[in-house]
Amino acid sequence: MRFTIPIGPQHPALKEPISLRMTLEGEVIRDADIRLGYNHRGLEKLAESKTYLQNIYLTERICGICSHSHSTCFVQAAEQLLEVEPPRRGVFLRYLVSELERVHSHLLWLGVAGHEAGFDSFFMYTWRDREVVMDILERISGNRVHYAINTLGGVRRDIDEAQRQNILASLSVLRQRSEYYLKIGANEPTFVARLAGVGYLSKEKAVALCAVGPTARASDISRDVRKDDPYGMYAEVPFEVCSAQSCDVLGRTVVRVKELMQSYNIIEFLLKNLPSGPVAVRAPRRAKPGEAVARYEAPRGENIHYLKANGTDKPERLKVRAPTLGNYAATIEMLKSGFVADIPLIFAAIDPCICCAERVVTLVDSRNGEESVVPMSRLRAMAEERYRRAPVKKDAEWPL
Amino acid sequence: MATLKTILYLFVYPGFLFLLVYSTFCEWFDRKVYARLQNRMGPTHTGRFGVLQPVADIVKLLAKEDIVPEQADKGLFNALPVFGLAVVSTAMLLLPVWHFSPGAPSFTSFPGDVIVLLYILSLPTLILFLAGWTSTSFFSTIGGARVLTMLFGYEVPLFLVILGPAALAGSWRLAEIAQFYQHRPLLLLPNILGFVIALICLQAKLERTPFDIPHAETEIVGGTFTEYSGKKLALFRLMIDVEMVAGSGLLAAVFLGGFPGGLWLGLVWFVVKTLAVIFLLSLIRAMTSRIRIDQVVSFAWKYLAPLAVLQLLIDILLKGFVK
Repeated sequence: MRFTIPIGPQHPALKEPISLRMTLEGEVIRDADIRLGYNHRGLEKLAESKTYLQNIYLTERICGICSHSHSTCFVQAAEQLLEVEPPRRGVFLRYLVSELERVHSHLLWLGVAGHEAGFDSFFMYTWRDREVVMDILERISGNRVHYAINTLGGVRRDIDEAQRQNILASLSVLRQRSEYYLKIGANEPTFVARLAGVGYLSKEKAVALCAVGPTARASDISRDVRKDDPYGMYAEVPFEVCSAQSCDVLGRTVVRVKELMQSYNIIEFLLKNLPSGPVAVRAPRRAKPGEAVARYEAPRGENIHYLKANGTDKPERLKVRAPTLGNYAATIEMLKSGFVADIPLIFAAIDPCICCAERVVTLVDSRNGEESVVPMSRLRAMAEERYRRAPVKKDAEWPL
Repeated sequence: MATLKTILYLFVYPGFLFLLVYSTFCEWFDRKVYARLQNRMGPTHTGRFGVLQPVADIVKLLAKEDIVPEQADKGLFNALPVFGLAVVSTAMLLLPVWHFSPGAPSFTSFPGDVIVLLYILSLPTLILFLAGWTSTSFFSTIGGARVLTMLFGYEVPLFLVILGPAALAGSWRLAEIAQFYQHRPLLLLPNILGFVIALICLQAKLERTPFDIPHAETEIVGGTFTEYSGKKLALFRLMIDVEMVAGSGLLAAVFLGGFPGGLWLGLVWFVVKTLAVIFLLSLIRAMTSRIRIDQVVSFAWKYLAPLAVLQLLIDILLKGFVK
């Protein structure tokens, strides 16, 4: 017997609204379908009416977990257009926050993975230790979520010697705890049995479906923007690209824990080699007409911002390609022929950030399933047509 | 006087009132242990150390709106929670806490009562399946199917493993099994393997992590309970609490030597031993992650069932040496 169950738009396994429709035969998934659009906020259009400086804070609000990724990616593109070069100390501090954000995001993901697998103790422990890195971020920037540390031409805050020592001390705690999680992840039999072999994505499929970030790296593709196309000071930082050969959720977990270790090394390197000097330079307000593309390795994978300038102090167009969007096609592939019990794990394993990925409105015709991407003008015309035909009370009164 | 005593027994101790109070206390104990193992505080605000929290939860649920799905079989849907609570409360009648003097056992103790108790304790599983099935929602139906699938895994090992100590004691009567081990406490040691297996099976029967598959919230929302709300959900929760007390009481009677010493000492033994079993159950719950339904069945038949047979063999051989 085949039947379709809805996972979402509201479901305990989903932290944000998205609709997954699973066609099942007993406990086995035969077909999967992802419907987006529950979290569309029109940020790209809004960006066109704000100045470059204001847009830093706007892009930061694309996501609540990788907020720094979006603002840094935007700043990278904007700095190309404005032709400013941030000073070295500013660059170091900017990517120090980047790596700290990666640590907090991966620890958060580990907890979520534990929760989705029904291992709530793991969830509680990782989230407790995540507080350590949240405290570091608060100490640097004053904020826990939206750090607001980027500015055009550098960063807004400097750190002093006491903060530097403090971060290094907290780092050793984090390193110790992460090693413990690596041990649990490898040794707790029910946890391993639950993750191994789940959500298989072969190397060929991962390439064909354009998987990014830890999802791709777990399928044995060592692709990392920090290594392949180094930005900032990453060319001089020693670190390895972590990958796994198992192509399953266990591999994705291992990759993330290994990346935590690499991030600790990078943070230590940045703090020990922190150059002296100013943290920011003055940036012009207007950009010459032109285009810029910035790539950035967010915790979830490659983040791309495209920016077009028209000579004013506002961008003509901003386009955001968040890593989650790149992984949706691969997710469908992973879900097929899995079990119902694996849905939350597989979906969580790409570390979905749904609000990052919601950029366009897609209309689905419910009668024949036809999909079409429509511009705003067409939507408005459709609404007006609907309004004209609908029986509307002309002299309706406000009820209160 | 005798009638008054019987009424007191039935309604106060060890009957209904004690059962309700003690089962909510056990839920609090389980939650608190689970929370402390996870580095959380657990219930703190309601009553001293939050001990009244389960009662507060149930009272709150009783006051909530009660919704019955349009498509559901109304009669069955309404009756199942009440029936479930009645069944597990009946199971309590058979535990050997009722005979305050060993010479005059109560009417609920008879040869073969251990079999009846096991039978009654497998009824809640069927009730949960029916609850899922009559709800007619997809999530409930999947939950109901999972309840039954899991039953095929853990039920046989549980039955086999309870038979071992009974065979060694040479009786099918819980009171006599308990008495046998009270006189020869050393003979409890060979049954340790059986105790571990029985603990795992009880964990599966109570549908707790790693066997909380029928109501895995991240997969199938509330599972069997998805459509239940208000009073009925409160009754179901109470049913599971009472089932936990009855199940751990059974394990304590068979594997830990029962509850000797008449009314007061017997009460103390009952509380200490059942809490010890519940502590172990909470430990398992905190240390493991949820496994898949196919993994439960293969684990039960590959490891639990053969080990249960081994335990039975050990007991049969040992019986030859003891006699």
